[in-house]
Amino acid sequence: MEWEELVGLEATGENVADSAEPPAGRFARLRERLAKSRQALGAELSAGLFERLDEQTWERLEEALILADVGAKSTAEVVGRLETEVEAGHLTGPEQARERLVELLAAQAGVESPRLELTAKPAVVMVVGVNGTGKTTTIGKLASVLKQRFGLRVVVAAADTYRAAAIEQLETWAERSGAEVVRGNPGGDPGAIVFDAIAAAEARGADVVIADTAGRLHTHGNLMEELSKVRHVAAKRLDGAPHETLIVIDATTGQNGLRQARAFAEAVELTGVALTKLDGTAKGGIALAIAGEMGLPVKLIGVGEGIEDLRPFDAEEFARALVGE
Amino acid sequence: MFDQLSDRLAETLSEVRSRGKLTEADVDRAMREIRLALLEADVNFKVVKSFTAQVKERCLGAGVLDALNPGQQVVKIVNEELAALMGGASRDLAFASAGPTVILIAGLQGSGKTTACAKLAKLLAKDGKKVGLAACDTQRPAAVEQLVTMGERAGARVFEQGTERDPVEIAEWALGQARAGGLDVLIVDTAGRLHVDEALMDQLVAIRTRVKPHDVLLVLDAMTGQDAVNVAESFSERVEFDGVVLTKLDGDARGGAALSVKAVTGKPIIYASTGERIEQLERFHPERMASRILGMGDVLSLIEKAEEVSDADKAAELERKIRKQQFTLDDFLEQMRQVRKMGPLQNVLGLMPGMGKAMKQMRQVNMDDRELDRLEAIILAMTPAERVDPTMIDGSRRKRIARGSGTTVQAVNQLVKQFAQMRKLMAQLAQGKMPDPAQLMKGMR
Repeated sequence: MEWEELVGLEATGENVADSAEPPAGRFARLRERLAKSRQALGAELSAGLFERLDEQTWERLEEALILADVGAKSTAEVVGRLETEVEAGHLTGPEQARERLVELLAAQAGVESPRLELTAKPAVVMVVGVNGTGKTTTIGKLASVLKQRFGLRVVVAAADTYRAAAIEQLETWAERSGAEVVRGNPGGDPGAIVFDAIAAAEARGADVVIADTAGRLHTHGNLMEELSKVRHVAAKRLDGAPHETLIVIDATTGQNGLRQARAFAEAVELTGVALTKLDGTAKGGIALAIAGEMGLPVKLIGVGEGIEDLRPFDAEEFARALVGE
Repeated sequence: MFDQLSDRLAETLSEVRSRGKLTEADVDRAMREIRLALLEADVNFKVVKSFTAQVKERCLGAGVLDALNPGQQVVKIVNEELAALMGGASRDLAFASAGPTVILIAGLQGSGKTTACAKLAKLLAKDGKKVGLAACDTQRPAAVEQLVTMGERAGARVFEQGTERDPVEIAEWALGQARAGGLDVLIVDTAGRLHVDEALMDQLVAIRTRVKPHDVLLVLDAMTGQDAVNVAESFSERVEFDGVVLTKLDGDARGGAALSVKAVTGKPIIYASTGERIEQLERFHPERMASRILGMGDVLSLIEKAEEVSDADKAAELERKIRKQQFTLDDFLEQMRQVRKMGPLQNVLGLMPGMGKAMKQMRQVNMDDRELDRLEAIILAMTPAERVDPTMIDGSRRKRIARGSGTTVQAVNQLVKQFAQMRKLMAQLAQGKMPDPAQLMKGMR
């Protein structure tokens, strides 16, 4: 999956160097990092797992997927299906079984050719999630890609008025990426800031508005209500806005991720997931459960702290990484 | 907090309980349910395996099969094993005999280190300690500003030197400042780092070596999944942390990571963060948490919270009233008002026995703060005598109360009925009896 495919635009910016890198190399880093988790866990799928297809194989496969945070339900579905197909004689040999496993996982994780909808002008992208998942960092990186790779004019709305120094953090990122910031005061009304940011984007002829919001636990009803209001303000100000509402999920998150996604979807109608911190040993299997159960596609992945460490999500790549290929 | 897990175990065990006698097949089935519930609660796969094996062994070996009430025996065993796994007794910070006590805070990005630093500062300041904060997160943009702002709110001095200097140097300098300023405690905030990031882990070790902390605390997000064991093992190996601060427990994460970390590293969870406000950091109580997992609620924490906003005498009186079923609508009103002082309703209700399941229903009937306003109006429309003995409220009284409170007779009825059930239930719980889930459900509607 390339950025051009994801956003449906041609690269025009000056900084397109990494597209020259062959796809194999682009994911080498991700795979290299994921390799560490294999060493750390020791319960991974060994190359010879599918040599014998018996009860033990399925147990070990289940264990590996559960350890990757895929969750009991999705794991049972995938393993059950693979087992059935093997027993029915549809799959012969370890190679076929392995490829089929990747296929099944990818089908769970991916929605066919996900797109980041940026055709409106300005397109409004709202970014939400629980505390500490990496919303501000993701926004900084996304602004950078859109600005430098596609030459888009980006306005970021600093609508996290709650956390101390969140506005300053976003401003630092904006400076690095060359995006413009619309900000209010700490404790200010986040809806008003999003409103102002859309107005500013229109006045300046900007292409994209990315709204940062305060991290909030999905169990705090009043904070979720506030988030709904921010969304309504955006929708009122501009028809069709927000065009994208992304929930940022930390790859280290366990099964609670599904609850998070459900609660946020209810409050603000999510359009996709940004899965962050995939550069650790956590594999982010919860994203597969979210995509599988809610039909909510993962669109972006974060694999590091650098400004270039945001990538379009590729279901097959992800599935392979999940089973340690 | 551990609500869903409690629900699940209660369901599993209620089936066993209703049968009266326990067969090995029963135990196996219960263990399967427990295993699934624990996995869904994000307890590490391997920890789950050994835990269920242990519980099963005890269930079969302890003569449970012939016991009069095997269900309760299983509850007890699971409870005990969970409590043992969670850490036995709680541990205190190790304070220095002289000079500032140095507390080093470490953890992954986004786990809540900076917030935990400020909350800990606030908590220790409440004990009369002079606290300083060292801003050694030079990595994340604006992390220093965040600590400065939050430190101010906590009433702590913040030692910062911007982001250009080496964090190891800043830590050492801050310790010098803390000494010179005669502070009791210095809390060192550090950058979030991945446990596989060698360079940053080395830096953390260097800070540790330089400032020789009395306590190293790992900050762990309660929502962490299976990876928690890898994180904990790495941090344990490299910086030998002494205890854990568990954050974001005010969410609905089941928090199985807490179990895993304790099981794998043997390090206790010392503090739990239960809300966004700066004073929402509490001592972690493993035994209580285990009870909570089993759906037996957390009466102790609740009473402790009540103590903070009221006074000890009142809390003792309340406990006595609950036990004797002498809890009146006036007490209820008083409690309701205190509850609102404690924070958002959902947090507090989460602490109450059996509220896990009830919470879901509450959400359906929209048991929010507006609902509380309505209840308050109804109670205030009653005479003092009616509040003490709601059974005297007959038809004409109901009409009067409904008119007086601007509600309906049905609403008054409902409150009176709910109150009667609640009073009975609370008394049972306070006496340590397992609530009957069916009755509990009825009581809540």
